[in-house]
Amino acid sequence: MGSSFFTPLSWNDSGFILTGVLNTVTISLVAIIIGTLLGLAIGFIRAEVSRFSNMLLGGVLDVLRSVPLIIQLILFSTYIGAIGHPLDPFVSGSIVLSLYTMAFMSEVFRGGFESVQRSMITAGRSLGMSYWQTVAYIRLPIGLRTVFPSWLGVALSVIKDSALVSVIGYMELLRTSEQLISRTQQPLEILIGVGLFYFIISYPLSLYGKYVERKMSI
Amino acid sequence: MIQIQNVHKSFGDLEVLKGIDLDVEKGEVVSVIGGSGSGKSTLLYCINAIENIQQGRIIVDEIDVHAKETNRDRLRQKLGMVFQQWNSFPHLTVLENAALAPRIVLKLSKKEAIEVAKKELNHVGLGDKFDEYPTRMSGGQQQRLAIARALAMKPDYMLFDEVTSALDPELVGEVLDTLRMLRDDGMTMICVTHEIAFAREVSDKVAFFHQGIIEEIGPPEQVIVSPQKEATQKFLSKVLH
Repeated sequence: MGSSFFTPLSWNDSGFILTGVLNTVTISLVAIIIGTLLGLAIGFIRAEVSRFSNMLLGGVLDVLRSVPLIIQLILFSTYIGAIGHPLDPFVSGSIVLSLYTMAFMSEVFRGGFESVQRSMITAGRSLGMSYWQTVAYIRLPIGLRTVFPSWLGVALSVIKDSALVSVIGYMELLRTSEQLISRTQQPLEILIGVGLFYFIISYPLSLYGKYVERKMSI
Repeated sequence: MIQIQNVHKSFGDLEVLKGIDLDVEKGEVVSVIGGSGSGKSTLLYCINAIENIQQGRIIVDEIDVHAKETNRDRLRQKLGMVFQQWNSFPHLTVLENAALAPRIVLKLSKKEAIEVAKKELNHVGLGDKFDEYPTRMSGGQQQRLAIARALAMKPDYMLFDEVTSALDPELVGEVLDTLRMLRDDGMTMICVTHEIAFAREVSDKVAFFHQGIIEEIGPPEQVIVSPQKEATQKFLSKVLH
């Protein structure tokens, strides 16, 4: 015993795995929250501004949405390091993943704001509401209800996309599992386990989403 | 009193209102009739400052509607408006629909706002629908909700923009009954309408719009029963037959 270079998976590894789980949850939450807030603001602006400013904004978002996330992560973390500001993998990962999420969320919310009929807003204004009151009390609540299912879809895919942050060295679930695999040479068990963890993280969210959707249906 | 003086309004190159003069006294019911595209709905939107005007003035109780210094949100509190499409807020119950503006615009307490809303909803016959969502109601009920929602702001004037045009025929009656009731309450109203019989029955004055001007105006006995102008006669013979 002890002669082998590889050591099998044991209960002592659970703490290590749990760190990976927590890190995945943390970076996903950060990206979903920041991406949602920025996406809400940008989606609103896109629904409001002229066609021309919209095209400029749309161009930037298209780049974020079309370039594979893994390339964005590597480009950002290498470039930021090369110009002399190396960032913690968690920070660079959060920035890239949040912006990537924002690009998708902004389209979701733009659709939501545009789904509220103009005449509904005119009706609000005719009751003496200010522009921002119609936003807060009419457009936002109606628009958010409409897009909730799409929002949830983006949020769930962010959790899965967060696995890509492993390429820049962030110790999330996938990277922890890769390290365990190289030590234990038990890829099958570990990858199945990790897949199960992603499922355990995502599935309750999707169940909760269905519940909320039912409650909000109008 | 609403004074409309030489109002011109264009959308791009298209001049929709070509010099409108109209006075509406407190307590008066004025109906505006005319073909589609004659500018009648546009006039209501101008009175409510939803649309700008290019020339002329509209004065509501000595407030110049389109003057720069006029607070339009405050002005609109005096002017209740109901549209062809009822525009119920679908995410709010009937009661919340009617209580929203009193609470956030008039800054009433939640309790007061609900009281006001209940009173107006009872008035239009929706007293048993407080907790219903508007999308579950008929068009006629939703239109009455829109009227109650506007009344809850305690407006001095009501503007009605073809409020029965989008309704199924069997639902028109209940909405017209509500308008009759408002007239009996002494509400000052401007009704843009295609319901000629109704206009004849309730109005103090009827204005016939034709190609952006008021072609003929006067009591219904004159404008509707024995119109003087050829355009009026033509229009009425078309809609009455």
